[in-house]
Amino acid sequence: MTSKFVMKGMLGFYILIFFLYLFGPLLVMGVTAFNTPNYPQAYPFESFTLDWFVKLWNHRAMMEGLQNSIWIGIGVVAISVPVGLAASIMMNQIYHRARGLFYLVTVSPLLTPGVIIGISTVIFWKDVLGVTDVTKAIFYKGIVLSILGQSSFVAAYCLLIIMARLTRFDRAQEEAALDLGASYPQVFWHILIPFLKPALLSASVIGFLSSFENYNTTTFAILADKTLVTVLAGEVRQGTTPVLSALAVIIIGISLLGAIIYEILKRREENRAAHIKENARLAERVEAV
Amino acid sequence: MSSRLLVFIVPFVVIGLFWAMARYEAKLAHDPTHKGYFERNGMTLGLIFIFLVALWTLFLVVLPYLYMVVESFHPRLPLPKRGGPDDYLTIDQYKSFFVSPSDNQWNTNHMGAFVFTLAASVAVTIFNFAFCYPLAYFMAQVGSVQKVRLLMLGLIVPYWVNEILRAFSMRLLLTSKGLINQLLMWTGLTDAPIDFLYNNTGLYLGLSYGYLLIMMFPLYNAIESLDKNQIEAARDLGAPWWKIHRDVVIPYAKPGIASGCTMVFMLAAGSLAAPQFLGGPNTLWFTSVVYDFFFQAFNWPRGSAYAFILLAACIVFVMGMLRLFKVKLGEAIR
Repeated sequence: MTSKFVMKGMLGFYILIFFLYLFGPLLVMGVTAFNTPNYPQAYPFESFTLDWFVKLWNHRAMMEGLQNSIWIGIGVVAISVPVGLAASIMMNQIYHRARGLFYLVTVSPLLTPGVIIGISTVIFWKDVLGVTDVTKAIFYKGIVLSILGQSSFVAAYCLLIIMARLTRFDRAQEEAALDLGASYPQVFWHILIPFLKPALLSASVIGFLSSFENYNTTTFAILADKTLVTVLAGEVRQGTTPVLSALAVIIIGISLLGAIIYEILKRREENRAAHIKENARLAERVEAV
Repeated sequence: MSSRLLVFIVPFVVIGLFWAMARYEAKLAHDPTHKGYFERNGMTLGLIFIFLVALWTLFLVVLPYLYMVVESFHPRLPLPKRGGPDDYLTIDQYKSFFVSPSDNQWNTNHMGAFVFTLAASVAVTIFNFAFCYPLAYFMAQVGSVQKVRLLMLGLIVPYWVNEILRAFSMRLLLTSKGLINQLLMWTGLTDAPIDFLYNNTGLYLGLSYGYLLIMMFPLYNAIESLDKNQIEAARDLGAPWWKIHRDVVIPYAKPGIASGCTMVFMLAAGSLAAPQFLGGPNTLWFTSVVYDFFFQAFNWPRGSAYAFILLAACIVFVMGMLRLFKVKLGEAIR
């Protein structure tokens, strides 16, 4: 009895340590966002202020970076999701001897350090776009290269997400539609796409977020432009300011909100599913009678 | 320019070979029910798929990688001289990793950084595995649904705080004026603040902290699908708890373990933020070396060579891990 009690205590202690490690640094940083001293300190807490949030709002480089980050994220999603979809369909149809190589090529960006993706993107596109002065002037820009570099691995995420759902697709649906006289584009748009919709949606969200917070690839590909994350990195390198803490508080707030909304939606859906199940069971009983 | 042009030809030759093989095989085993690619997808969609996939695999993955490798076999030249007679193939950039070109001595600086980076990444990977495994097991097999949900929520929220801010928060905590030093001095354990950043404690903690959840989720997913009855059966047969883990849970969760370990190792070895912001002044992380070749020395060929060395080491490590765990690549990456 006592040994079980001790085990339980130890488990509780371990979980406490785990979450202290996970949240401790973030909490301390959060406190510094509301403290007055110039140097971000949590203790002693001198007095409450929201100045750092105002300073963040007026931080021109960060706001500019934020805009670029959003544009890059949109561009990356616009490329990666269709590419991931096409590749996942291709994966089943490609010549079977080439499939292994094709798979390796498509997942290799996930196994390559981001730094290397950034470097290879810059070296390659600098020469390719540098062939004519016009292409260089128009396309050799940090935003374009960042979109290209990030797309290479975000598309791989999308491929994996979409492929996971595609394996559950019942080919009989497609056959049935074809037998009933649907054309191939019709099957694609009216059967496959609606079936894949949840996967496409989560691929878009995950793609956007991983583009938004990427540092390793972007720091090379961004050239002279800036994104929110590269501005942040520059600020941290120069020193520390509570403005960064303020930004972190906002990010944590948004993700908390997102997580809570997600949880509520999921619960509601589960309730609905349970409801349907219950009805089905009732109907079955009625039938049996 | 010839060697660089070769980069563009090679992938097309490979594709052409596969295409010819496919045609040949189709002719050999003639199957009238077999539908061709365009028959199956329709002309328009078929072409769009090919365009998209080719754009990605060729222009965003294969060609840039090959191009970087070719670049690393060239000397460093100013732009006008590129493609001229001085632009010959050379292995000097790789040699410079072993023997420093400036003084012809062993390049202990960079080789040391390389070994340190890999060793520290392995250490971080092992630590994260050991630290995450119990919680992953608890959430997947022991805890009640409500509790697991709450814990999961607690795990997901910090996941979206980006790498830079996480490194920043770790730095705030560990600086000489940070909370930990205040605490240590207040309790009287030390008189003067300990420089955690100087002695690399910050670096290790930051790396582990940054990739904690990358280990957590694959572990959890792998253990979660294990049938509880298997554990029950082992327990009923009298196996002590450590034997249950060694002989039942861990062998079953192998793909998840391999996946988590691979990802954490790759991310740690390739990380830039934590070493830049948390590393001591005498610490040289290998990606920082590469970074400096690009942004301070402007020596792209040498930077490329170093990047390729890092990539090769990572590939060897990943393949070794998969071999060790007897896991296929497709199982580890999902």
